[in-house]
Amino acid sequence: MTLLRLEEMSKMFGGLIALNDLTFDVEAGSIVGLIGPNGAGKTTVFNCITGNYTPESGRIFFDGKSIAGLRPHKVVELGIARTFQTIRLFGRLSVLENVLAGRHCRTRAGLLSCMLHTPAQRAEEKAAVARCMEELHFVGLADRYTEAAGGLSYGNQRLLEIARALASDPRLVILDEPAGGMNDQETAALVDTIRAIRDRGVTVLLIEHDMRLVMKICEKLVVLEHGTMIAQGKPEDVRQDPAVIEAYLGADDEKW
Amino acid sequence: MKNIPCNTAVYGAAGLFLCALPFFCNAYWLDVCVSIGLYALLALSLNVILGQAGIFHMGHAAFFAVGAYTTAILNTVCHWPVLWVMPLSGAAAAIFALVVARPIIHLRGDYLLIVTIGIVEIVRIALINDVFGLTGGANGIFGISRPMFFGFKIVKSMQFYFLVWGMVGLSLLLFYGLWHSRFGRALNYIKEDDVAAEGCGINVTHYKLAAFVLGAFWAGMAGTLYAAKMTTIAPESFNFMESVIIFAVVILSGGSQLGVLISAFLFIGLPEVLREFSNARMLIFGLAMMVMMVWRPQGLLPPRQRRYKVPAPPDAAREGRPA
Repeated sequence: MTLLRLEEMSKMFGGLIALNDLTFDVEAGSIVGLIGPNGAGKTTVFNCITGNYTPESGRIFFDGKSIAGLRPHKVVELGIARTFQTIRLFGRLSVLENVLAGRHCRTRAGLLSCMLHTPAQRAEEKAAVARCMEELHFVGLADRYTEAAGGLSYGNQRLLEIARALASDPRLVILDEPAGGMNDQETAALVDTIRAIRDRGVTVLLIEHDMRLVMKICEKLVVLEHGTMIAQGKPEDVRQDPAVIEAYLGADDEKW
Repeated sequence: MKNIPCNTAVYGAAGLFLCALPFFCNAYWLDVCVSIGLYALLALSLNVILGQAGIFHMGHAAFFAVGAYTTAILNTVCHWPVLWVMPLSGAAAAIFALVVARPIIHLRGDYLLIVTIGIVEIVRIALINDVFGLTGGANGIFGISRPMFFGFKIVKSMQFYFLVWGMVGLSLLLFYGLWHSRFGRALNYIKEDDVAAEGCGINVTHYKLAAFVLGAFWAGMAGTLYAAKMTTIAPESFNFMESVIIFAVVILSGGSQLGVLISAFLFIGLPEVLREFSNARMLIFGLAMMVMMVWRPQGLLPPRQRRYKVPAPPDAAREGRPA
């Protein structure tokens, strides 16, 4: 089943064509990697899917529903959660509260019940805290839940962003360079975490520069160059593709 | 960041102090304390907007004015009892806030600040020009009746003191509840990083507007108390300087509720204490502010971290992740 489908999507910034007629599918339950040299438009694709940008033309379908142009919080409500390339945590708030931010869209208490702390609000709050602690256990940060998020190491901040995304009950998580700033050991643990996310039934779409990680975990790769898709398919096929080799050689010193 | 603990004991002591305070004051100081209470109320309501959500709003006196004038008009023209129109005055201010804030809510920081300064000026000038023939022009409205509280007429300063500070106490409780809930957290997320907040599923526009409307509602109700206390209101009571004072009280407080109370005492009380220095008093006051901003830029009492009861950790590590 196709969970996410992009059809002939284009995005311009002034006269610059950032994305040109992009079409690809993400199958439910898979791990898909979006790769390409710097400036190829990978993060722009993510921003179009999550509603931060509105594509000029083309369609985006999530579970059959058109989502192009929806505001980001609506997209999260529908079941797409993301992490950011440049970490965007709420640095002065606690680790737990950062995860609770992701849970926000699944809770309902209104202004008055929040002011009065009605029994329903308390029950909902308790359940939200319990659920968020589960996510913190999942990424291994549960014992640090009271610390300020800004004080965590880079790698742990990335994990916290993943926990925050997972707390919104997503069906698709979009990870923008999850291994950025991680050492080898942390990256190895991240591979397990990403697989565990998929095993929970959550589809994963990720941008990553660490080619070893991409080759190891992705079932499908989509390769972008200058906003155009130059190849897609299984990792072992894509790495043999002449167009991909040409795009990467000289343009980038990634090791394959 | 080290936070001074502000637990129940501190609030209990503060409550006792505030209850005992009027019995040690002469008539003049009693009026000052009522005035402090009103500013505390206004600052608590602005704290939701400025302290919690980080929206730079310097036009709070406009909402205060809308509330006070709504009370004055409904009381002098329709002869409705003052305290009955309190929710209506709040609602009028809230609706006004919704209308003026909707088009500007996407503005950030200093841009929004400038527009909100415009709002307070527009309201003041509209009041001076006697809009709809209801506001009495530059003279304002007089003859507002005293509030009745369960058949008990509130006239003396002492009675007003307990009415105003009772309202402050109630607001403290309700705003504390708000702070320690998904609503309060949502405002904090927006203050920290509104792009990330939106990306996490928080409807940023909705919550910013909600903060504005709630703050305006409370400022409108404070307007009712003010109108009832003064029995006369005029446009000059709601000028830009008032907005600046309320703004400064919140900034000085650091954002916690106890901080707002202390800050209101310092801001309104200190110039009165320094009255004997006559012309030098504002100089001393200004100097104190500067020293404060250099040595404690985060404000008097920043809010402490919320505490959560978390369930005991599961016995076994969750599946899917080797320890």
